[in-house]
Amino acid sequence: MTAYGSQSAIIQMYRVAKRYGAKSALTDISLDIADNEFLFLSGPSGAGKTTLLKLLYLGETASEGQIIVDGLNLSRISRKRVPFLRRKFGIIFQDYKLIPTKNVYDNIALVVEAVGVERRSIKKMVNSLLRTVQMEDRSRAFPPSLSGGEQQRVAVARAIAGNPKIIVADEPTGSLDADSARVIMGLLKLYHRRGATVIIATHDTALIRQTGGRVILLNDGYLEVSTVIPKLRP
Amino acid sequence: MIYFTQKVLKDLKGNLFLNAVTVASTALSVLIFSAFALFFVNVGALANRWVEDARIMVYLNPDAEAETIARLGEAIKSIPDVRGLEFVPREAALQRFRAQLGSQGSLLDGIAENPLPDAYEVLVKVRSWSWDRIGPVAGKIGAMDGVDEVEYGQEWMGRFVNILNLLRLTLYGMGGLFFMGTVFFVANTIRLVLYSRREEIEIMRLVGASENFIKYPIYAQSLFLGMIGGILGLGILFQLYRLLEANVANTMSSSFFEIRFLPVEIAAAVFSGSLLVGWLGCYISLRKFLRS
Ligand SMILES: Nc1ncnc2c1ncn2[C@@H]1O[C@H](COP(=O)(O)OP(=O)(O)O)[C@@H](O)[C@H]1O
Ligand SMILES: [Mg+2]
Repeated sequence: MTAYGSQSAIIQMYRVAKRYGAKSALTDISLDIADNEFLFLSGPSGAGKTTLLKLLYLGETASEGQIIVDGLNLSRISRKRVPFLRRKFGIIFQDYKLIPTKNVYDNIALVVEAVGVERRSIKKMVNSLLRTVQMEDRSRAFPPSLSGGEQQRVAVARAIAGNPKIIVADEPTGSLDADSARVIMGLLKLYHRRGATVIIATHDTALIRQTGGRVILLNDGYLEVSTVIPKLRP
Repeated sequence: MIYFTQKVLKDLKGNLFLNAVTVASTALSVLIFSAFALFFVNVGALANRWVEDARIMVYLNPDAEAETIARLGEAIKSIPDVRGLEFVPREAALQRFRAQLGSQGSLLDGIAENPLPDAYEVLVKVRSWSWDRIGPVAGKIGAMDGVDEVEYGQEWMGRFVNILNLLRLTLYGMGGLFFMGTVFFVANTIRLVLYSRREEIEIMRLVGASENFIKYPIYAQSLFLGMIGGILGLGILFQLYRLLEANVANTMSSSFFEIRFLPVEIAAAVFSGSLLVGWLGCYISLRKFLRS
């Protein structure tokens, strides 16, 4: 069994709403996410999955309600503390968001440096991360020259570079071949075992059944179901 | 140090054109301003040579007795701004005059009596910017016992010094204008660079980079551009100066008009100015950029 519920919540959302102008993207969401949980956010396209993730790292601010992340109340946090909040996260963006003008190595080194690792350790750390995602031989390549799967792996390496408490992945397998998807999911599970809380937004139900875990189902901005799906045994 | 320079260069490579524009505009401003400063420094040096040479001629009353003359000498010497004093007897004055006339000295042969009075030649501690101090000294001496008349080239020297002061003010004004203009221009090019890097900056923020972590490299890059601009501007001026110097040395053998390069302090000030241009340009553009 997953250990959620028995552990303290690392994320708490209470009656959260997000509107874009007149359009409601999320309505009345109350949700606790336990420390070291492995959680899926599922639901059809446009359900509000990406929006919910953005609210957590203040990529967007909630229109209503309260969000607490690892003890930080997001409605009260000062601008100066936002980077501190974001460094609790490792984010794998749906569109990867790699810096196109920096090579693979520098894209990852950026985060390693930003979290304050001392300079002589940076190279070792980045190379070890690149090895983890099996991209060490492409470290000098620029993101636009990489395939989708390769970019995704770099994005994963960057997400885990700061040793985050929470890993957030938005459709991490959406545009990948089965092989790349397996590699990515394997890495996410590895970091979950090492203690990270993992939140994956996906509309891919097959992926959920392969892995198992708690599933939050969103539909048109409403939280419909929260249930635990066991791992499918092949 | 090497690590930082490498990083700065790497970041600058991405916007080669705009960064080159920043360097070029800074260099051009530095060049124009310091060329004017160079001109001023040389004219000023020339003026100082003249002014330092300036002396007050104190013509003595023909009836003055030796004792009065001696006492007058002591009194003049005790004036704080006076740095030297020489008694010129009327015979010596006449000889000097004759020497000045040169080949036409025979003109004086027809004159039966020496028309010149005894005089004191007073050297005063003045420079071109403190020329004003000579007037009161001359006034004080003029009021003393046994003095008939004082003369110190007040007319033309005063005018010359006025022009020089005007030139100095113009230089300051120009410096200010060039500085502000360049800052404004550089701020705008840096803003274009920031704009072209906005995606990168946004991503850095999303992955948790602090504002300072984002800003410091941009400051480093701007300072670096200012530094290169300063070095280039001063370097080009120095080459031009050497060319000019060589030409002057060829055509004018006189040591009277000896040009020299900017003194270290002024060159350092101009260089600091170019660094400040980079820094301020960055500060202004970042403020505008980060607000939007
Ligand atoms: N920046 C935005 N401006 C306006 N509407 C938005 C914006 N982002 C998302 N939406 C809307 O909010 C809803 C939820 O979007 P999103 O969270 O991206 O859904 P999902 O990730 O589940 O596909 C959609 O209807 C979408 O059109
Ligand atoms: Mg989405």
